[in-house]
Amino acid sequence: MQADKVKVAILGSGNIGTDLMYKLLKQPGSMELVMLAGIDPHSEGLARARSLGVGASHAGIDAILEAPEIRIVFDATSAKAHVRHAKALRETGRIAIDLTPAARGPYVVPPVNLGEHLDAPNVNLITCGGQATIPLVYAVRRVTPVRYAEMVSTVASRSAGPGTRQNIDEFTFTTARGLEVIGGAAQGKAIIILNPAEPPILMRNTVYVAPSGAFDEEAVIDSVEQMVAEVQQYVPGYRLKNRPVIERRETPWGKQPVVIMLLEVEGAGDFLPPYAGNLDIMTASARRVGELFAQRLLSQKEVVA
Amino acid sequence: MKSPRITDTTLRDGSHPMRHQYTREQVRSIVQALDAAGVPVIEVSHGDGLGGSSLQYGFSRESEFDLIETARETAGRARIAALMLPGIGTRKEMKEAAARGVQVLRIATQCTEADISEQHFGLAKELGLETVGFLMMAHIRPPEALVEQAKRMESYGADCVYIVDSAGAMLPHEAAARVAALKGALSIQVGFHAHNNLGLAIGNTLAALEAGADQVDGCLRGLGAGAGNAATELLAAVLDRLGVNPGLDVFALMDAAEYIVAPIMPFQPFPDRDAIAIGYAGVYSTFLLHAKRAGERYGVDAREILVELGRRQAVAGQEDWILDVALELARNNGQPVAGERLFEK
Repeated sequence: MQADKVKVAILGSGNIGTDLMYKLLKQPGSMELVMLAGIDPHSEGLARARSLGVGASHAGIDAILEAPEIRIVFDATSAKAHVRHAKALRETGRIAIDLTPAARGPYVVPPVNLGEHLDAPNVNLITCGGQATIPLVYAVRRVTPVRYAEMVSTVASRSAGPGTRQNIDEFTFTTARGLEVIGGAAQGKAIIILNPAEPPILMRNTVYVAPSGAFDEEAVIDSVEQMVAEVQQYVPGYRLKNRPVIERRETPWGKQPVVIMLLEVEGAGDFLPPYAGNLDIMTASARRVGELFAQRLLSQKEVVA
Repeated sequence: MKSPRITDTTLRDGSHPMRHQYTREQVRSIVQALDAAGVPVIEVSHGDGLGGSSLQYGFSRESEFDLIETARETAGRARIAALMLPGIGTRKEMKEAAARGVQVLRIATQCTEADISEQHFGLAKELGLETVGFLMMAHIRPPEALVEQAKRMESYGADCVYIVDSAGAMLPHEAAARVAALKGALSIQVGFHAHNNLGLAIGNTLAALEAGADQVDGCLRGLGAGAGNAATELLAAVLDRLGVNPGLDVFALMDAAEYIVAPIMPFQPFPDRDAIAIGYAGVYSTFLLHAKRAGERYGVDAREILVELGRRQAVAGQEDWILDVALELARNNGQPVAGERLFEK
């Protein structure tokens, strides 16, 4: 029992939930992971939780609802399940950090807008591609208005699970919307490609940003490099393969300079293999979001005391 | 050998060499000629399929939905098809395309990733469309692996599955083995789509037909990505000589190629050194123009870029890796790259 920690639980004992468990055990910060709840009693994730001394339950959301000490819940199940979970968690006063595409709460990208939503009962992490590319679009946007932003995410086939495969349109819709709403582009477009190469490729993202008018190129490049350093604080394998390139390209608005950023995300290999940077950036972002919520809860408690 | 159904894709695969600049007027005249010559299916859309208009692939000059509508209005007998790649296009564009006149939807995935197309086949069937599955880059996997993927598409509702030689890398016996494997395992039709990077577009198409293909693709004057596709007018002449002409007017197609398509082509697709490199390295045919452009800009041989992309196992749609490879090769050659002013002269 640690009084200075906020008790948290993970809902969903699949790959994402299990990887997040390892991250929270490795770097607990202000959180204490007390439970991993799934629905399959034979899941590998639950077995691992038991062997690591983390409470494991196959009663799903009910196990969490019966444990009032849990303040923050990471939901790594599915969009459909989260709709139901979101209601139950809100009614019992827990903070929900949603890793599914359900988007019941506002979109958050830690270095861009998390500070605005620390009072929200439910926040959504958009998509892996959104977590990777929105910071870069925003980095341009904070220097100069952005007319159009486009991202192309290429992930290893082995790192795309059945959820992604059956709902690939949701990835493109949600990510494009995130480029607009959080990245600040007037118009966003997202493309995802699965690459079956062996050995598997690291997650790659290319971000194209077309500013609305003339802009200070050095200021844009500096802003992007600062942003990369910020994301690296919680996703160590996040890096540009090159300094941002500025090319003149044909666009519907005439021939104009476009900022092109080639990004690579290598996973930390906590549970999932390093090539699955797309999954790592979700769990790393989730941990970051959880940490900031936990700090906020602890500081509120001090004020009350 | 039986008479195959021909789909002409001048207005889709040809969109790559046209840099997606087709106009409604051009669509009208090409559809008119194909329709009059007895071509039963005409594909119209951005080269990378519905929703392909982008910085990654090149923006369309005119909305593909307007082009589809023009094609549908112009066609008398021919059915209008469109291509879509899940991950690029979505159900939203599919609905719009159907509303504007598309009757056949061709849904393309990498030949290892058929399971990303289930929701799209489902919607296409709901919309009452004929459906074709496209297994792209099919040279990278053996016939038995392709059978497994094709069966998935069949289970989702495909009316036909194509072996697509996106890289123009197959040899005739490889095309035949893949088509034969699908014919033996599926209860639906099987098709073949060729590229001419190794000069084998017509040869591979014939091999596919001998192996039992029901549908094959062509483009007038071979106007398609890389070294182009099997030329529709050539296919018509060859099928006629074989005694399996499916009702095509051979001379009318030659005239359409000569007088309608040739005058608007920016260049004649041909197995030149860069296009041969694509077939040889086994990379996506649409990389051709992007690699040439990056090669010129960064002072690198386009062939080196293409071969490196093959080594990295790049697949369909990964045009962004061309810049990555070009920058890396230029840096290795000691040239200044990113962070410099790289505007065209």
